[in-house]
Amino acid sequence: MSRLSEERVATAKEIIGRFPRKKSALIPLLHLAQEQDGYVAQDAMVHIAELLDLAPAEVYGTASFYEMFKFHPVGKYCINICTNISCQLVGAWNLLHHAEERLGIKSGGTTQDGLFTIEDVECIAACTEAPALQVNYRYRYKVTPESFDALINDLESGKLTGEVPPHGTLASVRQTTTAAWSNRGVEEQAQVDAR
Amino acid sequence: MTDTAAPKTTVNLTVDGRSIEATPGDLLITACERSGSFVPHFCYHPRMSPVGMCRQCIVEVEGPRGKSLVVSCMTPVADGQVVSTTSEPAKRAQEGVLELLLANHPLDCPVCDKGGECPLQDQAFSHGPGESRYVEEKRHYEKPIPISDLVFLDRERCILCDRCTRFAGEVAGDPLISFTSRGNNTQVMTFPDEPFSSYFSGNTVQICPVGALTSSAYRFKARPWDLEQVESTCTTCSVGCRTVVQSSRDELVRYQGVDVESVNWGWLCDRGRFNFESVNSKNRLQSPLMRKDGTLVETTWSTALDAAGRILRTVLNDKGPDAVAIIGGARGTNEDAFAWAQLADSLGVTARDAQLGDGLPSEVFALPQATIAEACASPTVILLAPDLKEELPVLYLRLRDAAEKRTTRIIEVSPRATGLSSYAWKSVRHDPGDQPRVVSELLSDRDVVDQLSRGNVTVVMGRGNLAESPEFTLLATGAVLAAVPTARVLPVVRRGNVRGAVTAGMTPQRPDADTNAILSSISAGKVECLVLVGADPLSDVPDADLVRRAFASVKHVIAVDTFVTDSVRHAEVVLPASAYGEKVGTTTNCEGRVSDVAQKITTAGTARPDWMIAAELALELGVDLGISSYPELRDTMTSSIAAFVPAADAKAVRGEGVLTAQSAPIRITATPRSAAPRLTHQFRLHVSRVMYDRAVSTNESPSLAPLAREAAVHMNSGDAQRLGVREGASVRLSSNGSAVVLPLVIDDAVSRGVVSVPFNQHGSDIRQLIRHDVAVTDVVVEVI
Amino acid sequence: MSVPSGPRIITSRFDVADGHTYAGYVRTGGYVSLRKAVSSMTPQQVHDEVKAAEIQGRGGAGFPAGTKWGFLPAGVHPRYLVINGDESEPGTYKDRLLMERDPHQLIEGIVIACYALNASQAFLYVRGEMAHAQERLAQALNEAYANNMVGRNICGSDFSVDITLTWGAGAYIVGEETALIESLEGERGMPRLKPPFFPAVKGLYMQPTIVNNVETLANVPYIVGKGGGDFKSIGAPTSTGMRMFAVSGHVNKPGVFEVPNGVTTFRMLFEAPEYCGGIRNGGSIKAFIPGGASAMWFFPEHLDMALDKPTVDKAGSMLGSGAIVAMDQTTDMVAACWRIVRFFARESCGKCTPCREGTTWLERVLKRMLDGHGRPEDIDLLFEVSESISPGIAWPPRQTTICPLGPSAVSPIASAVRRFRHEFEHYIEHRRPIDGVESPFATHLASHA
Repeated sequence: MSRLSEERVATAKEIIGRFPRKKSALIPLLHLAQEQDGYVAQDAMVHIAELLDLAPAEVYGTASFYEMFKFHPVGKYCINICTNISCQLVGAWNLLHHAEERLGIKSGGTTQDGLFTIEDVECIAACTEAPALQVNYRYRYKVTPESFDALINDLESGKLTGEVPPHGTLASVRQTTTAAWSNRGVEEQAQVDAR
Repeated sequence: MTDTAAPKTTVNLTVDGRSIEATPGDLLITACERSGSFVPHFCYHPRMSPVGMCRQCIVEVEGPRGKSLVVSCMTPVADGQVVSTTSEPAKRAQEGVLELLLANHPLDCPVCDKGGECPLQDQAFSHGPGESRYVEEKRHYEKPIPISDLVFLDRERCILCDRCTRFAGEVAGDPLISFTSRGNNTQVMTFPDEPFSSYFSGNTVQICPVGALTSSAYRFKARPWDLEQVESTCTTCSVGCRTVVQSSRDELVRYQGVDVESVNWGWLCDRGRFNFESVNSKNRLQSPLMRKDGTLVETTWSTALDAAGRILRTVLNDKGPDAVAIIGGARGTNEDAFAWAQLADSLGVTARDAQLGDGLPSEVFALPQATIAEACASPTVILLAPDLKEELPVLYLRLRDAAEKRTTRIIEVSPRATGLSSYAWKSVRHDPGDQPRVVSELLSDRDVVDQLSRGNVTVVMGRGNLAESPEFTLLATGAVLAAVPTARVLPVVRRGNVRGAVTAGMTPQRPDADTNAILSSISAGKVECLVLVGADPLSDVPDADLVRRAFASVKHVIAVDTFVTDSVRHAEVVLPASAYGEKVGTTTNCEGRVSDVAQKITTAGTARPDWMIAAELALELGVDLGISSYPELRDTMTSSIAAFVPAADAKAVRGEGVLTAQSAPIRITATPRSAAPRLTHQFRLHVSRVMYDRAVSTNESPSLAPLAREAAVHMNSGDAQRLGVREGASVRLSSNGSAVVLPLVIDDAVSRGVVSVPFNQHGSDIRQLIRHDVAVTDVVVEVI
Repeated sequence: MSVPSGPRIITSRFDVADGHTYAGYVRTGGYVSLRKAVSSMTPQQVHDEVKAAEIQGRGGAGFPAGTKWGFLPAGVHPRYLVINGDESEPGTYKDRLLMERDPHQLIEGIVIACYALNASQAFLYVRGEMAHAQERLAQALNEAYANNMVGRNICGSDFSVDITLTWGAGAYIVGEETALIESLEGERGMPRLKPPFFPAVKGLYMQPTIVNNVETLANVPYIVGKGGGDFKSIGAPTSTGMRMFAVSGHVNKPGVFEVPNGVTTFRMLFEAPEYCGGIRNGGSIKAFIPGGASAMWFFPEHLDMALDKPTVDKAGSMLGSGAIVAMDQTTDMVAACWRIVRFFARESCGKCTPCREGTTWLERVLKRMLDGHGRPEDIDLLFEVSESISPGIAWPPRQTTICPLGPSAVSPIASAVRRFRHEFEHYIEHRRPIDGVESPFATHLASHA
């Protein structure tokens, strides 16, 4: 339940500066909040509303449209198992069933230790590597019950800490605003908006 | 034939076999409806931008590329279109959409407020498939949930048409409700812990095409088939919104907005919409009262009129007509005010005022006038007014709309930020008393000069600060009129029918006879009898000390009112008056538009209209005003007052109403000047009204009364930091030998050096610091 | 089986270990076209080459990119290029590879396109779930900025453009260009009605906007380098250049292939050893999806059809986003149909009633069948509900909705129920699939509610 940290506010301002209109930074800022807390906290949405001159209801309205944003704590590792057509054809439901048994939760649930959440998700663009899953949006291809168990073991033992950051962190590299930034497009739009 | 390419002004198309003309840019749905073909629809609303969301208004159009199904709310008319609203494919599509809308809609019509007036119910019968084949489980949500103090939401009934959410964001500028989630789980919701506390929330209930939104004031009160209704005009403030007044079993149950182009476009504010409850209040005066052994006791009309007549006769005989004064008239109809003015004329009473020292000098109505529509069509609006969102809410909607559509630029010069500040092209703060100087400076700004040359300029002027003499705004307006001779003025006084009452003659007939002067004369022993006609000076006159002293020393008070107010408690004789909805008449809004108010219910107890009381009191005094019926009164008024001549035709005052006749406008000749600057350790006081206060129509409406806040002093965060004071701390404000203690609210809408206190709230009374003869109010603020 | 061959245009660096870095990209001929464009060509000349290439948009609709660029109204600024990297159509897997493995190629294409369009701002919108692509693109953009390939005065010219990298958060519908624009504006990704909001005229911030797919722009450096004529000479005259197809499902070697456009056939992709090498377990094709979940299904009689846009269109389906899904004789067609319908029901934005209510209704009816509670009248009901979303249930679909998502849910129903009606009837009567067909569910479907 927290507002964005000072460091993240600085990042947020940099992101806002890359768009001609503030509201365009809304989804990126929601990602920042999710990166901070693992989910999008209510206070964070209020904070984002302040940063973007919006009503919190507008922030929540946009945020709740998008499946990746969680509004309650989820597992440290979100395991998204694709069950869409290409994966269904080669055993995705068996994999999901196995995952549910292995972790003792149903799709959409979180293990009691707060480590794992599993979800049955739509196509993740790994169709030729089916059945596929993502753990915190990192891919695992041609997953078998055995390789799923190995994945769980590795995550539990911390073996994958470097490769799989906690839920909420997407890219580990950010675009940086360099001295080469021209700002022409942003300025042109500002002129149109002022008219 | 000429080759000049003048833009086409009409297009010709065929709708259901009829050839029709339309204007380019018109939407198909409006063209169809104008031509007599009703197109079923839910999301489309003529006052909001189309979204094409419900897909109900599908029609078949044959164009150059053959036949296609289109949504008529998002398709513009085009030359040569052949439109069918009832072809087989169109009907199949309409039935299909309706079946889908009903799939998840509960069949609880018998217990739904909307049942009987429900667009979904009606159109399911007229355009639906007859039966549903949906056998799956319907959507379930907790229901109903309060989304504000006034509105309940039933998400199961909601058909997700985006009307309420569009209204909140696009029309009201309060995006406090939004669609949340996605697809089949989409819902309308507020942010957690942040209610839909918009001043305009009731409109969403009105425009909801199903019973998803209901108002706490109307829930389960009546069924549409039990309702009787009549069109009328709201008199809560001086915008004069057109309404429909609805009753059931002779009790008011609902007001609905009516769309008139010139004024409210169908919208109402919540205060105007829900204060019908006060008319039904148990506390209404039912019969005349007379003071007996120090307390007011019920009596008969003949006894009361006899007593009132005796008092007046005695004072008139002993002290002459200047010893009598009449305050009030602005809460009644034009005719009410006219009758009282006639009575005053016949008695020679010249001290009379429809305003309570909280308005504007009546000469503002003689300045070159602009209408609301003209103001909203002006490239430039100069706002020298109170916060319109608080005081004239629907005018706020209109100006906000004009600013959002970029057809109007607003230049606001105010002592604190208002609801319109964020929509203003320029919003400039000024210390109270310094508005003329700030306006003069702005008028020489290059950008502003350039802007002012772009066409019409309207000054919207009103009483922005009750702790400041109104002359500054008058002088600032004068400065604009001098710089832009073609500029016009829209005077925005707060109370419903001030303009009508003034026009009808309820205005001082000699210098020094306004309310403040009357109250001073009472204290000086010169006025002995005060007649109150729907006026409560003890609550409304800004100078509390002045009014308190006057009421302490006044010999006789005769009051005509609907409730026993603080002032009425001082009366010897109290005559119960009919309230809104209980009498016929006309009212005049801030722009001088006369429109009718209608009677819908039988009056409370033995109450009578103000005009009738004036006529009867006249008879007691041996005067015949020549008005024994309302039509007679109307005729007398419209034939004897030039401004009301256009209102003579009974038809003219319906619907859009009719503007009063204007005589040649006057000019403001005084030279602008500002008040002396404040001392550095002091703050300058700003006092203004907010929507929900202790006003009797709010206080006596159970839905609205809880919305009035506790009084508080609002201060800029910088000043608060300088004084080392925190939010919620108690601070003492002192000035002119008086002091009040109030909790502090940190509010950056207030400029540094200014403290702002809302008027007439529960708690300490800020009016104790206000003196009517002091131009500005400087206060010392101490933390305690 | 001999298959037509062609150059590897956009997948050429997939095997280069450091192809995603600036050094690796430049070493393998990268940024030469950009330098050429800004130093020796006018924007119009660049545009003309793209027009001459006749490259069809690779996002799904297949509209010629050069023609699309020409829709920008003259003299209206600012104008934007938006890059659609929100690849989410089931079965589609190629933009992600292009972003992960050759990000500079995409950046070069974007900058050249902006030069041709005279746009000074581009927004690169990547799918939210693609963390690795986001990372690679961020890295590449930072390098490109540092090396003066993006930003101020590119390659010493007076041309400047910024690319803002951003990403979504999980919503298939945002792949639709007007929904993408809404999302870029910080809104719920709900499509706008065209007209009046044709992006080229009124797009992002109501300014002229071109929305191009990742694969489309990745081809631009080649087109500018070698000339539009060279590109057009590859593939078929009606479907030019090389094109990426992802082939998944019941084949021996599923994969993503860059093949000569318009001349390669479905059979070649399924059977040729250089591609998928045959149907699994020596089986046979029962049906296949030729262009993503939205497409009408094809059957064995379509196998020898070339991957040529007009040919496939005429046959009543589409190549869409280059997603080919093979289903062998063991496939449970009711389950396959349900799964695709469920996708559209889950991804409906909720704006238009027919899609919001209709897709969910269809999904529930199908699920009821799979659960063993189908009723004989349900088959007609599926068509009736489909009719309310897509009148006529024809191809190309008519629609009562703003965007094609709702009608897309009708494609699997129209395809599967018409062709395999007996399988649906069997489910209704016997509460299980026909013999010889494998249910994809490990347990009863209800456990996956």
